[in-house]
Amino acid sequence: MTDATGPIKAADGRPLKASLNRALRREKMRALMLIAPLLIFVLVTFIAPIGDMLFRSVQDDITSRTLPQTVVALDGWDYDSGSPPDEAVYEALYYDMFFAAEAKKHTALGSRLNYETTGISSLFRQTGRALDDMGEDVIEAMEDNVEALDDSAFWAALFLTEDPVDAGNANAALSWATSVADEPVRLPEGLQMSVAGATVFPKAAAQYVAFAAFTHTVDEDVPAEEDPWESVWIAMAQDTSDAGFADRLANYTGPGAAELAPLQEAVAAPLAELSFQAAFLDQDEDWADAEIWGTIQAFSSPYTAGYFLTAVDRELTPAGAQVVEDDVKIYLKLFWRTLWMSLAITFSCILLGYPVAWLMANLPDRSANLIMILVLLPFWTSLLVRTSAWKVLLQQQGVINDLLVWIGLVADDGRLALINNATGTVIAMTHILLPFMILPLYSVMKGIPPSYLRAAKSLGATNWTAFWRVYFPQSVPGIGAGSILVFILSIGYYITPEIVGGTKGVFISNRIAYHISSSLNWGLAAALGTILLVVVLALYWAYDRIVGIDNVKLGG
Amino acid sequence: MATSADAAAFVEFERVQKSYDGETLVVKDLNLSMPKGEFLTMLGPSGSGKTTCLMMLAGFETATHGDIRLDGQPINNIPPHKRGIGMVFQNYALFPHMTVAENLSFPLEVRKMGKSEREEKITRALDMVQMGAFGGRRPSQLSGGQQQRIALARALVFEPELVLMDEPLGALDKQLRETLQFEITRLAHDLGITVVYVTHDQTEALTMSDRVAVFEAGRIQQLAPPDELYEKPENSFVAQFIGENNTLEGVVQDIRGDVCTVKLDSGDIIDAKPVNVHTVGERTKVSIRPERVEYNRERLSADAHTLKAEVLEFIYMGDIFRTRLRVAGNDDFVVKTRNAPDQRRLQPGEQIEIGWLAEDCRALDA
Ligand SMILES: Nc1ncnc2c1ncn2[C@@H]1O[C@H](COP(=O)(O)OP(=O)(O)OP(=O)(O)O)[C@@H](O)[C@H]1O
Ligand SMILES: [Mg+2]
Repeated sequence: MTDATGPIKAADGRPLKASLNRALRREKMRALMLIAPLLIFVLVTFIAPIGDMLFRSVQDDITSRTLPQTVVALDGWDYDSGSPPDEAVYEALYYDMFFAAEAKKHTALGSRLNYETTGISSLFRQTGRALDDMGEDVIEAMEDNVEALDDSAFWAALFLTEDPVDAGNANAALSWATSVADEPVRLPEGLQMSVAGATVFPKAAAQYVAFAAFTHTVDEDVPAEEDPWESVWIAMAQDTSDAGFADRLANYTGPGAAELAPLQEAVAAPLAELSFQAAFLDQDEDWADAEIWGTIQAFSSPYTAGYFLTAVDRELTPAGAQVVEDDVKIYLKLFWRTLWMSLAITFSCILLGYPVAWLMANLPDRSANLIMILVLLPFWTSLLVRTSAWKVLLQQQGVINDLLVWIGLVADDGRLALINNATGTVIAMTHILLPFMILPLYSVMKGIPPSYLRAAKSLGATNWTAFWRVYFPQSVPGIGAGSILVFILSIGYYITPEIVGGTKGVFISNRIAYHISSSLNWGLAAALGTILLVVVLALYWAYDRIVGIDNVKLGG
Repeated sequence: MATSADAAAFVEFERVQKSYDGETLVVKDLNLSMPKGEFLTMLGPSGSGKTTCLMMLAGFETATHGDIRLDGQPINNIPPHKRGIGMVFQNYALFPHMTVAENLSFPLEVRKMGKSEREEKITRALDMVQMGAFGGRRPSQLSGGQQQRIALARALVFEPELVLMDEPLGALDKQLRETLQFEITRLAHDLGITVVYVTHDQTEALTMSDRVAVFEAGRIQQLAPPDELYEKPENSFVAQFIGENNTLEGVVQDIRGDVCTVKLDSGDIIDAKPVNVHTVGERTKVSIRPERVEYNRERLSADAHTLKAEVLEFIYMGDIFRTRLRVAGNDDFVVKTRNAPDQRRLQPGEQIEIGWLAEDCRALDA
């Protein structure tokens, strides 16, 4: 018995299976090396953009980037309480927003959050303009009592130093500034944050370092010649309210120690009255609205499922994902429409293409070539021209309707709506994609010898049985290849639906194009594109399971 | 000549002509009549119209002129799928998307046969061609010879009365071909089917058939049983085409009943049997089979004409000796002799005299 001897061994004593696998692997490696340049090309030009798209669809760090401190402070706030967050959050918002406004980044964030909650965009824009005035009493008191503060160089001497001994670590302030400004900022060469200044005024030192770095890097000015922003003043005033401030100032021996002596007393009264919350609410009532804060909180993570939720007609509300209102539901409907219309187009391509391909495969070469030219003819004209020609043919006063009226099939007042709807898209797309069905079908059919049909008939089959049982199964790989081509092409098509589809015949791709070029919501466009990709892959997988992908042939 | 009234005729071609292009006749005036159970081979060079005849019989081509009758019925009145003709194609034409068993099942299914009956017949047909273990395989997983057997089994499984085979063994090696030749003839006899077999291998034609129709340029040159075809060719094409043959050319000098004398172009006189010559002075090609040439003077009759010959080459072939001679200016005159103990082995350069019985030397058309 053979099975008593165990697995068969190759000549060198290894199991035959392992030997075979090794030989095949070596062959595969060699083949792989041959296509390596192409593979790399594909990887760089194809896989990389797709990867970027996939990443964009979940990336959403604009909130956490622009309002880093606010996002952290807001972490403990509970949306369900319905009340606005506490003063600390407003304070963080003040500093974040002030810098963002100087860096002109707050409007971009406003537009982004406006996708989620309308009104945020204008709220951010208006508030950005009013930030300078917040706490003006405090600043006035400082100006009145500490005249040295009017001198830009005084600030620089207070917080910056060239002395390595006095140099402190400004990384936290600089990374905050880099995050908000969305570009790397740094202090001028040779200047460091002064530890002495930072000890007395920790908040002000951080704010000043950020200001100085931004002024130097982005505005390309000398910080010592520029007046610090109001936010730096406010920070300094806030520093005086610390319990240990008097002691710290007493120990301070650096520049301006004497001039700063009256500061604490001067700002005490206006500072006690300063409330960031009140200031923001004064600016706009909406800053008390939990919806606004909920939105900021919901989008505070650098990654988001928000785009995907939007793409399936959900929205990420502060209370979690929810289905949007019926009248703004659009994407799921568009996905379904894209799918069924692509299927309809594929089927009509099969119906129209099969007989043509059969004719081409069975006619003498001369006539077959003529038909081939006719099939390829559309490729020689621009896609736009062809699609526009369908407009002429299909419109209500168009050629086809005229003809039908003339024949008497339809009444003059009952002309068919053949364009600017799904019908128009299916007709025009079928025409445009038909060659992609005919060509693989033709090449597969060309490879089926006529003797099979004869054999079937000699075995007693009628014409129909011979076709259906013998010819058709052998042409299925061609149908498969053509269908995959047509279906995948049509699922991503957008020019033709755009022109002839009206509102009822557009595809998801038209929406993607809109978000890419008009609304500039690339994240949503990427999410829609990703879903489309996943759907196609899933269908491909299903096709492989049902029909078998090795059953697809582009040639005979 | 067979007519439709001839009750024994199962397949009949009557004055059949065929042209594909309307300019040349591929089949010219074909007349053929086959009784039931006969194994008939169409033999001929490439392009002589064999496949065309087969296709007309199967109903895939229509005759331009004339009648083809199957069992007394004009074939044009029966659609191809109702003719019940089994066919083995030159390239086998096994359906690649079906397994072997499904291929065999196909003709039974279209005849609406029940499942158990089908299975029984498929098993029987596969066993018949000794392929019982291969039912589950695809045709592409079979060797050429195995595919051939399956094609045969498929043509026979629905028990047709007439089976057409178009060069079924053309693509196989010699040994396999011989095995299958034997198997096909055995099956044909056992099942009692009528077979029209096409080949251009004459050995195949001679060993397998009851009768052989030799085709040339759309015409049947001779229709006869193998032995008659070989021994009594009726014209020089058949003589040349079937088996090895020595040809000498000359002019008829005298005809006396069954014997005539021919003066060869070299001037020598020989005896021959007049087959295709009728008048004195006519040019003729005489044909002598290599094994009928005798160089042992004692074995020839005293009055027989003899020719001088020079031995050019002697080839030892095991069972026979093959000697090439120069005779009457012809360098390709071949003699075959049996390897017997008393047989003399000729030496190249030797001068000998050869002769033959007059009835073995056939004077044919020039
Ligand atoms: N479909 C066709 N159209 C035109 N001419 C054809 C067609 N089929 C065959 N012929 C011609 O008819 C002649 C006879 O062809 P046929 O196929 O009958 O030859 P055959 O005897 O079977 O040759 P072979 O031994 O090579 O198969 C050839 O000259 C061929 O060129
Ligand atoms: Mg042929």
